[in-house]
Parts: sequence; structure tokens; C-alpha cells
Amino acid sequence: MNNRDFTFNPEAVSPAPRRRVLKAMALAGAAWPLASLTGCASVGGKRPQVVVVGAGWGGSTAAKYLRLFSDQRIDVTLIEPNAAFVSCPISNLVLSGKRQLADITMGYEQLVVKHGVRLIRGRVASIDATQRQLKLEDGQSLGYDKLVLAPGVDMMWNNVQGLQAAHAEGRILHAWKAGAETVALRRQLEAMRDGGTYAIVIPEAPYRCPPGPYERASVVAAYFKREKPRSKVLILDGNPDVTSKGPLFKKAWAEFYGPMLEYRSQHKAVAVDARSNTVKFEVQDDVRADVLNVLPPMRAGDLVVKAGLANANARWCHVDFLNFESTVARHVHVIGDSIQVAPGMPKSGHMANSHAKVTAAALTAELLGLPANAHPMLTNVCMSFVDDSHVIHVASVHEYVPTQKTFRTVGGSGGVSDVRSDLEAVYTQGWARNIWADMLT
Amino acid sequence: MKSVVPALALVVTFLCLSGTAWGQASAQSQRLALRSMASGCAQCHGTDGRAVPGEAMVRLAGLPRQHLLTQLMAFRTGDRKATIMHQITRGYSELQLEMLADYFAGQK
Repeated sequence: MNNRDFTFNPEAVSPAPRRRVLKAMALAGAAWPLASLTGCASVGGKRPQVVVVGAGWGGSTAAKYLRLFSDQRIDVTLIEPNAAFVSCPISNLVLSGKRQLADITMGYEQLVVKHGVRLIRGRVASIDATQRQLKLEDGQSLGYDKLVLAPGVDMMWNNVQGLQAAHAEGRILHAWKAGAETVALRRQLEAMRDGGTYAIVIPEAPYRCPPGPYERASVVAAYFKREKPRSKVLILDGNPDVTSKGPLFKKAWAEFYGPMLEYRSQHKAVAVDARSNTVKFEVQDDVRADVLNVLPPMRAGDLVVKAGLANANARWCHVDFLNFESTVARHVHVIGDSIQVAPGMPKSGHMANSHAKVTAAALTAELLGLPANAHPMLTNVCMSFVDDSHVIHVASVHEYVPTQKTFRTVGGSGGVSDVRSDLEAVYTQGWARNIWADMLT
Repeated sequence: MKSVVPALALVVTFLCLSGTAWGQASAQSQRLALRSMASGCAQCHGTDGRAVPGEAMVRLAGLPRQHLLTQLMAFRTGDRKATIMHQITRGYSELQLEMLADYFAGQK
């Protein structure tokens, strides 16, 4: 008898009773009589196979920690179209001229060499969740026991008329996925005359990295103050107020930049005109800028939308927070920015890293026939530069609450910086180096 | 969570002592749960507490258990001033901080 027949048969047990069984096992320390006797629980008695799609903050971490947590008893294949990892966090400093793209670009070699992850450079064409198979664009087929999807976000281009074409022409950029586009936006800022205006347009929440747009506005203002002091930064926010660390950002803006930086709320973009570099809003007057940086509204990555997993307003993916399994497809797990978040859970790289670890531990337990952890935890830290050398943070600790089947922030934990500081800028550098290493090496 | 951990720890102890296959499975799953909880420190302090050399964050791996616990508790009470660690440590029970101190003290 296979232990999965006893405890995990997904066809026979609906999700709610299954969780009750797992919780009871964890609490009572009983009811998994064959778990350690039968060894691995993979299909056909082979080593368990997990395929991870997307090697960003969530996917890279999942691949590495599946190998670590299973003591290399699970085979992991990681599929990623890009040749190297480029970090979104710290990429705003490329825009301000304080970092180069090379500083935030890293290879995937160590996942292969040190951790034994099988890396395939390619794109997924289709997923057959019933047969537990996926097909790559090059025609290759891969089977899996468990599939982890970490496709990040893609853009809802149709919500802002003219934006996709203006973006394709390289005229109006978002640079919300770090890489060549980050450098292209830097070039636009460099080419802008002193006395010009840079405008960043922010979509309604939820979007990737809540404080990111405000950090970007801040460090671009710092660049202007250094090198183009007659220029102006305009923040055109689709939200009613700054969505993260508002008082700390506003204090820094007032004290560092004064009239150089202007914040306007309730500016929901509906169209752009690339020829005149103008953005049109639902209610407010049109705005023209010399450099127009429009962040489109965002949704779950194309891969999971195409696969029919985006069952929250056809935009994000509902998951079972105990193991991040899709509520649509068994054995398919979705992590990172693509999910419908729990209360107080941001769409951040740090959070995607945390999702990945909970998922890696849950899959390791299930595939190796161990009782599941009924109370996983998550951490999050988001650091933001407010000029070249001062940082503010927001931090939180989250625990799974079985009665509510979701994560909640632990009462009394978390918070924001008391004040901006240069010490936190030192910690930000340390955070970036450590979390990059935690994902990739 | 806080009320559950002591019960789990007792169950683990009992089963480990019993020396059965059940005990081994339980010990393995408890080790996995602890590694999972400790991985929540890795984003800043490195995988298994092995921080990237030359950065400001403390390397936790191999520090004495009592030192780790004293610092964690001092952050938690506010006795030791911090930018962020007081906010993080208040997300964990005293027992969880003890388990984390044990874990990182045991890393090379």
C-alpha cells in the first residue's frame, strides 16, 4: 500500500477533510502508519518529479529549497526563458544612475552545479493537469508529480488605450520587469533636458511591489537634484493615497525635494498619446511629460491565465494557502505575484521567496510521505530608497490560521521604520545580497 | 500556533524515544517544519544562517544558542534597539525563538 492512497489521495478526499486529516495527524502524532516505511510516494515508484516554471524570486527559491528540504530526494526541473536573473528590487537605482544593470544581473549556474536542479531554457506552451504533463514551445514534453508555477505578472494593456503600441515602439515604457527596458528608461532620463518633467503613472492596487513606484519617483528626483535641478517629478497615482509607507515617503519628499516633486492622487489613466507624450485620465485633466513612465494595470502571468488558473476576477489565482495548490487544478501550485493574496500580504519579491519555501516544505512532506506542517509561516520585508542614501522599510510576519484557511499577520509584529536612515540603506544592500544568494546560490 | 508548538514538541519527544518508524517520520517532519520556519530568516541572514560575507547582517550559523536567544529576546522586549528586528521577533513565540536559536546554533 502506498501511503498516498491512505492520506493524500486527491481524487478520493476533498480539500477540506484532507486538511482536517493532516492537522489531526500533526497534532496527534499518529495516523501515518506507513509513511516512513513506504519511502517516496511518486508515481510508479520512481523518484518524485517536480517541475518549476519561472526562475524569478519565487521559482528559483522553490527549485533550490525543494532540493534542500528533501535532502536531494526530489528531482527538480526549472524552466525559464531568460538566460539570467535580473532583480527588480534595486533596479530603481539603475534609473538614478547609482547602479549598473550588471550589478543586478546574476546567473543560474549554482542552482545546477551546487543544488542539482535541471535547468531548461524555454517556454511552456501548454499544461495538461489531468495527465500531469506540460509541453514546451520547442515540442518537448515533461511529466510531473507536482507542478509549481511562478510566472509573475503580465500587463492588462487594454485598460489604457494606446499604451501597448506606445510601449512596443519604445516611446512609453513601464520598466516594471527589470532588464533592457530599465536601461532604456535610464537613457530617456539622461536624454531629458534640464527643466523637463518625468511623470510616473501608477495603476490601482493590487500591482507588483506596492512601494516601488514611490521609491522610483524618489530616486529619480534625487538624480534630478544632483544633475538636472530645474527638472520636475510628477507622481500620478490611480489610488486615493500613497499605497505603502505614505507618511514616510511624504516627509522625505517635502524635506528633500520640495516643489521639485509633486504628488497627485486619484489619477486613473485610461489612454496615452505617444506622439504628444500625453496621458489621459478617467476624471482629471490630461498631463504631458517629457518622460512618461506608465505602469499598466497588472494581472497574473500569461501562463496561468492561459491555463485557466486565474479564478479570482479572471485576474489572480486562488490557492490553498497551506501548500499554494491552485483551487482549480490538483497538483498545480501557484506562487508569487500571480496569486490572489491573503490579507496584509504584498506582491513582493521577498514574499514570493517566502511562498516558495512554504510550498517547497509542503511538497517535500507530501512527496516523501511525511505529515504536513499545519502552521506554516511567512515573512516579508520591503525596503525603499527615498534618496541616494536613505531607506525606509515595512516588515511583517504572517502565520497560517487553520480555522480561517488563510495567512494573517501575527498580532504585535511588523511595522514601518521610525525614521528614514542611512543605516537602513546599508541593510538594504545586505538584504539584496543575501536574498539573491538565498534564491540562486 | 503558539499553543500548538509545545504539544507538537512533546509528541515528537515521545515518538523519538519510542524508536519506531512512526517516531522517525515524526522527527523528520518536525525537522522539516523547523527548517521551513528557519528559512524565514534566510532572506536577510543567508540560507541556514550563512550570511553573505562582508554585508551588515549577522551570520547566525554556529553562534552559541544562549547568545542567539538572548539577542532575539532583547529585540522582542525592546531592550536592544533595532531598525527592524523588534518587528520581526514579535512575530514569534518565545518557544519558537528558542527553536530558532537551537537551529542556528546547530548549523556549521
